[in-house]
Amino acid sequence: MEVGRRLTRLPFGPLHPATKEPALLMLTVDGERVVEAELRLGYVYRGIEALAQTRNIVQVLHLVERVCGICSHAHPFCYVQAVESVAGIEPPGRALYIRTIVAELERLQNHLLWMGVLGYQLGFTALFMYAWRVRESVLDILEEMTGNRIMRGVNAIGGVRVDLSDRVKAKMEALVKDARKWAAFLSDVLHDKTVEARLAGVGVLTRSDAVSTGAVGPTARASGVDFDVRRDYPHAAYEDLRGAFSVPVLSSGDALARAEVRVAELAESANLLEAALDTLPSDRRSPPPPHRVLREVPEGESVAKVEAPRGELFYYARTDGKGFLKRLRIRTPTLANLPALAVMLKDVELADVPAVYASIDPCISCTERVLVVDARSGAWRETSLRELGKGCGAAC
Amino acid sequence: MVFVSRSRAKSPWIFQVNAASCNGCLIELLAALSPRYDAERLGCVLVGSPRHADILVAMGPVTSKTLPVLVRAYRQMPEPKVTVALGTCAVSGGVFVGSHVFEGPVGKVLPVDVYIGGCPPKPEAILRGLMKAAEKLEGVRG
Repeated sequence: MEVGRRLTRLPFGPLHPATKEPALLMLTVDGERVVEAELRLGYVYRGIEALAQTRNIVQVLHLVERVCGICSHAHPFCYVQAVESVAGIEPPGRALYIRTIVAELERLQNHLLWMGVLGYQLGFTALFMYAWRVRESVLDILEEMTGNRIMRGVNAIGGVRVDLSDRVKAKMEALVKDARKWAAFLSDVLHDKTVEARLAGVGVLTRSDAVSTGAVGPTARASGVDFDVRRDYPHAAYEDLRGAFSVPVLSSGDALARAEVRVAELAESANLLEAALDTLPSDRRSPPPPHRVLREVPEGESVAKVEAPRGELFYYARTDGKGFLKRLRIRTPTLANLPALAVMLKDVELADVPAVYASIDPCISCTERVLVVDARSGAWRETSLRELGKGCGAAC
Repeated sequence: MVFVSRSRAKSPWIFQVNAASCNGCLIELLAALSPRYDAERLGCVLVGSPRHADILVAMGPVTSKTLPVLVRAYRQMPEPKVTVALGTCAVSGGVFVGSHVFEGPVGKVLPVDVYIGGCPPKPEAILRGLMKAAEKLEGVRG
């Protein structure tokens, strides 16, 4: 260590105005500069995977929807795919399209929400107000279609619970046009001098770091990793819609690139929505009733993945053939992105920490299933980010 | 001091504690502050420290790890204070009842003044709950 250099440990959280969700970021700072960052989790751990083993397959659907309130469609969307592939149930084409449409609407509202949160972290409250105002029009359509703004309960095993009426469809077509306008406007906002000065060159994640830390979603795509589950492992209606969208990839890897990727994804989601509405099949069929699902799902195991707004979401499910789950494993995009966050935060000014933290769009409530139990002493402890990175090969 | 208690009720400052909530309630609380619903016209401002706040909004099923955080935030708030339990999890535990880290709904660990039910409650319901909380503040002498 250099002479005269004094390192300070600075806790950032668990209740910090910048990190709305409880997470403790242990920063080691040298003056104003971050030398090392460790994320300590466990505050939002709710034991969901253990709870899933005590409930039947249909009840778990409602539980996984509440893993996260922001991507409350992505989780059940992935879960039903895993269960359907165990049971060999083929949902009707229209149901697959409706799932896809809701997933894209969710991506729209998530990216707008995130844009607002980023603005808030930068002290740019007008951006927060703008993004959240236009986000309401996405939520209005979701509410009219499903009856709820956040916990929409669209998915059922073997189909969907809601249909798309012509009225809602017409509103969605209007929304597609608006979404393109928002994307153009937000792209302008990002290239405003002040915003650019706060984001450009901040929290850089190189391509090799993105690959070695296993980053996913927009975080990885902003660092030049060209991967998107929707294109590379198509599921639901994405197979048919392959030609309708492209995957925006940037190479600079800073906070600005991560913002730009998300704004570009707004426009791509609009393209996907437009194509899905155009080619919506008309085979309306109700999903099988729950008691039949419980009887018919055999013993077996399966995996499924979807592209949640934050990146690749992965589910593993093993059923016991009696309507229950023996094991459910959820790997969320934020968990994959957290080791990358530790890399980004190195050598960042303290004042930029909230902006960099926000730039990966962390969803702590998704991620919180990590608890290490020491088998010898029986003691529980939360894992630090560094340990998480080390054990990644074996544990994840 | 009628003047002080009146000003408090006309400008109740909010501190939110996410006690293991799924974020659904959190984003609806923030949506209630955004232009469509605009809780700021009631004088509500989200503040970053419990020491500045009049209303504690607690969300989520309280887990063993968030319990001390929630209680500490509550103790740091100056009197008079009002607690709002936001969302089904905070009211009853919701889908998380039976979890091995579930410590009980907010009402079991703190004195709750206003319950707002729903999974998550709509911003309109949150506004109504915050108004109830402000009324309660006005009634408290201080």
